[in-house]
Amino acid sequence: MTNNSMKKYDAVIIGAGHNGLVCAAYLAKAGKNVVVLEANEQVGGAAVTGELVDGKKTSICAHYLNQLNGKVSSELNLTSHGLKLAATDVPTIALNVDGDHLRFNGNTVQSSNISEEDTANYTKFMSLIHEYANTLGFLMDEPPLDIFNMDFSDKMTALKLGWKLRFGLGAEKMSEFLRMIGMNIRDVLDDEFDHEPLKGAMSFDAVLGTHTGPYSAGNFFTFLYRYASGDRGALAIPEGGMGTVTSAMAKAAKANGAEIRTAAKVKSVNVENCAVSGVVLENGEEIKSDCIISNAHIRTTVLDIVGTKYFEADFVKRTTDVRSRGGAAKLHIVLKKLPEFKGLTSDDLKSRLVIAPNQKEVEHSFNHIKYKEYSEKPIMEISIPSLVDSSLTDEGHILNATVQFAPYDLKGGWTAKAKADFLNKCIDRIAEYAPNIRDVVEHAEILTPLDLEERFGLVGGNWHHGELTLDQMLMLRPVPEASRYALPLDGMYLCGASAHPGGGVMGAAGRNAAQAILKGDE
Amino acid sequence: MKSALKGKKLMKKYDVIVVGAGHNGLTNAAFLAKAGLDVLVVEKNDYIGGATVSRNLHGDWKYSNCSYLASLFRPEIYRHLNLAKHGLQVVTYNGGFTLTDCGDYLGSYSDHEVMRREIRRHSPVDVDAYDRYYHQMAKWCRFIRPMLLRTPPDPTSFKFRDLDELRWLGKKFFDLGPRDLHDFMKFFTVSVGEFLDEFFHSDLIKAHKAGSAVVGTNLGAMSPGTAYVLLHHYMGDVDGAVGAWGFPRGGMGAVSGALAGAVKEHGGEIRTNAGVDQIMVKNGKVTGVRLENGEEINADRVVSNLDARKTFLGMMDPKDAGEKVVKAAKRYKSRGSSGKLNIALNGVPEFTALPKGSELIKGDFHIVDNMEAYERGYDEWKDGKWSTHPYLDLLIPTLTDPTMAPPGKHFMTCFVQYCPSRVEGKDWTPVLLKQFGDNVIDNIAKYSPNFKDLIEHVEIRSGQVIDNEIGLTEGNIFQGELSLNQLMFNRPFHGCAQYRGPVNGLYLSGSTTHPGGGVMGAPGANSAREILIDMNISTTVPEDEGDD
Repeated sequence: MTNNSMKKYDAVIIGAGHNGLVCAAYLAKAGKNVVVLEANEQVGGAAVTGELVDGKKTSICAHYLNQLNGKVSSELNLTSHGLKLAATDVPTIALNVDGDHLRFNGNTVQSSNISEEDTANYTKFMSLIHEYANTLGFLMDEPPLDIFNMDFSDKMTALKLGWKLRFGLGAEKMSEFLRMIGMNIRDVLDDEFDHEPLKGAMSFDAVLGTHTGPYSAGNFFTFLYRYASGDRGALAIPEGGMGTVTSAMAKAAKANGAEIRTAAKVKSVNVENCAVSGVVLENGEEIKSDCIISNAHIRTTVLDIVGTKYFEADFVKRTTDVRSRGGAAKLHIVLKKLPEFKGLTSDDLKSRLVIAPNQKEVEHSFNHIKYKEYSEKPIMEISIPSLVDSSLTDEGHILNATVQFAPYDLKGGWTAKAKADFLNKCIDRIAEYAPNIRDVVEHAEILTPLDLEERFGLVGGNWHHGELTLDQMLMLRPVPEASRYALPLDGMYLCGASAHPGGGVMGAAGRNAAQAILKGDE
Repeated sequence: MKSALKGKKLMKKYDVIVVGAGHNGLTNAAFLAKAGLDVLVVEKNDYIGGATVSRNLHGDWKYSNCSYLASLFRPEIYRHLNLAKHGLQVVTYNGGFTLTDCGDYLGSYSDHEVMRREIRRHSPVDVDAYDRYYHQMAKWCRFIRPMLLRTPPDPTSFKFRDLDELRWLGKKFFDLGPRDLHDFMKFFTVSVGEFLDEFFHSDLIKAHKAGSAVVGTNLGAMSPGTAYVLLHHYMGDVDGAVGAWGFPRGGMGAVSGALAGAVKEHGGEIRTNAGVDQIMVKNGKVTGVRLENGEEINADRVVSNLDARKTFLGMMDPKDAGEKVVKAAKRYKSRGSSGKLNIALNGVPEFTALPKGSELIKGDFHIVDNMEAYERGYDEWKDGKWSTHPYLDLLIPTLTDPTMAPPGKHFMTCFVQYCPSRVEGKDWTPVLLKQFGDNVIDNIAKYSPNFKDLIEHVEIRSGQVIDNEIGLTEGNIFQGELSLNQLMFNRPFHGCAQYRGPVNGLYLSGSTTHPGGGVMGAPGANSAREILIDMNISTTVPEDEGDD
């Protein structure tokens, strides 16, 4: 085959994570000739279903669907492509050792020992959060505002944001918003509530997926972010695990004419005359296109795939400095039968169970990660998806948990011994609430942040592809010269979570990237 | 007019009463008096100065027993109030070092080439990074300094002045361009550890720089937000040298002394031993103050130099302050995290790491040589304990200014980070204070074998001691934490960020307002400007004069 006869694509997408697939689907829908190249055997990136043992399956990385962008879902008809939810509006139960649990459902919280004032304040507080979320939510659905280079739609976005802040929220709430936006979750919660278990459980949501403890500034923002994206923070469990979401996206992409190739790892990007001209696979095969879109982390894209020599030193430095630390590990347990949680019925186990008894314990579990240690007493959210989805296992049950905190770069390294020890500590922690857990465990495994990086390319184990802080948001995400999806190299783009609006199984970055690329085409 | 007018009906009414003779209260009073107003400053202690004092607490020693450096003080204020005439002389000092656990030191030198050699001695790869760091910090100081002597805009307001100020600010940020904006935002989101990681490799160099980022904060060196505090401490200059530090001849009391001189020069009065019990309000308007002894003094305007909590929760009837302000004041964060030892010495302690006769000892020096140690110290504080191995900032001002101690004797100030304002939820006792002090002294003695023998007297101050004595809530040295939610138009909170209180005629002038803590004088000056604007008096309070 000579170069001349080689097929040239309108766009090549590196990585079939959810954003890569969404981007492919939108481009294909617009009539582009697109191919998605995935290094692994299966598509999905970090939104996958995998086998644990003996055909028992679960969501291997992300396990709740709470941020899926509504526009992506409807515009791509994901339901018709097989996305089915096994459970929606999953409630949360925050566990207490004495069996007196806190039950969260929508904007309400219940417990036998919580004061009426706190219950009322919770509802009030959550409605304020939703108001803030509504104010910001629309920003997720479009490329970030670039104040330095405003076109008409940017000006409209700026105006809309200003209007929503000043008139949507009103002066009082706007100033409150400006005060709170940079705060730590602990101060916010201490200002509002007295009930320690309530504050513990709420702070869990703020530190989840971050490298912060309740006392660290900036995580009120990550708390808010959960509600600003997707379906108002409501949790859902897809039938068949998270893999169903991405396989629906893949089907949508294919239905629109996109090609998807698995086991096709991209080794490098070809650059001719300061513009990309194609990619080279590991096996030496060359695929031509003037438009290369990377679903990988910006760091992987710039440093490993494209290479630094095509970029200016300042850009490379900023890319290298993107903060992308994760602190969450993923725990999977195959259960012979359901464990008995103190004070919970088996129906209660369909809820999301949170172990984060109070803010101090959450902070203490965070302390360790600063010194590259794992928590002695981890905090976690537990899901038993097999209760709502019988397709995962024929017998017994599957328990998934996102566990914090585990460092990416453990002192002494993540040896088999260290992993086993941390796994033990996690199970011990569950045993405080479900004393018989050890008797019912058939198989248990843990994925450390390092494993998450190796398996899913989540740099530093951070599942947002870069921490969600004010200096890494909007037009500064992931770095200023790449915030509008185009890298400073002709024809090279980002469509992953390291681009605006960031991580979670949203698909918004992929959708926005496709729109930005199509707009540039016009 | 000012002659004694006695009798109830003829009771004197001042134009303005300033509550609290701290440096900002005095600055405020001086500018108001200069504008021709009849001003009275009332101070609860029998000395003026608040946290800028030189006190005789032992023999002939003068202790700068709270703040101990003055380089953040705005030069515009110095000039406009003619403080040189009133005896304020700021002396730059050279030197300074960080002691390492392995018996070495990292010296600070004002000579750039020498500094580069010193860095090379510890970490050759960091030499150029040092230049990059220095230029960056100087750049950001120049960026932020014009904002200091301006009143922050109210982002929710549609008044011309607020919109114009917002436009000014917006333009300043816009002019930065995307890359610089990216860099600037980092100050508010990253920890000093992460910030320094972008420059340096050596943990010792990072630790040497990180001290001023955690001083007075309730944050660790690995906590987001400490990068800003680093910048906040760099904004000073002495004789135009950005980031340089100096101290006033005669101790910090010289600052408040000179300011008091300026107040009196323009006809203002200062009364000590006059603690205020309540700010009196009638029909939504300030009428004066009632002192703790029951005496009432009338005035059309009252300026509180106390922090937001002390002002609105301590000196006002909640009905006068209003529900909204009371709630906001309760939410105002002012946690104390530092302690202080003031030590009278019979000689200069010998630090074995330093070469004999080294001039470095004239500067301030630190103990804590790695980033993890800062953070471990912070973790202890979070649990209500003092740090076992605290960050110490030590200075012997008498090596440069011998007037502060008897001949041949010395005074050492020792700033301790972290120290809880209450120990595991309990009040400080003399026994606890002694234990805390002993721990600090033991830490110093590890590096200086003759230190303990030279000690003649020690004053040990926890946040609670400082709170009780000079009224900084929990001993927070900034009159409220310097976190993003309490800066600019958020300081102390929306509605009071333009120096005006919730009732007519009430103002704030302390570090609890923009631009915050440090012996800067800027809040007091800004507040005076606002008062004069309200009174339609053409103001002579300087805005930024671009001293770079």
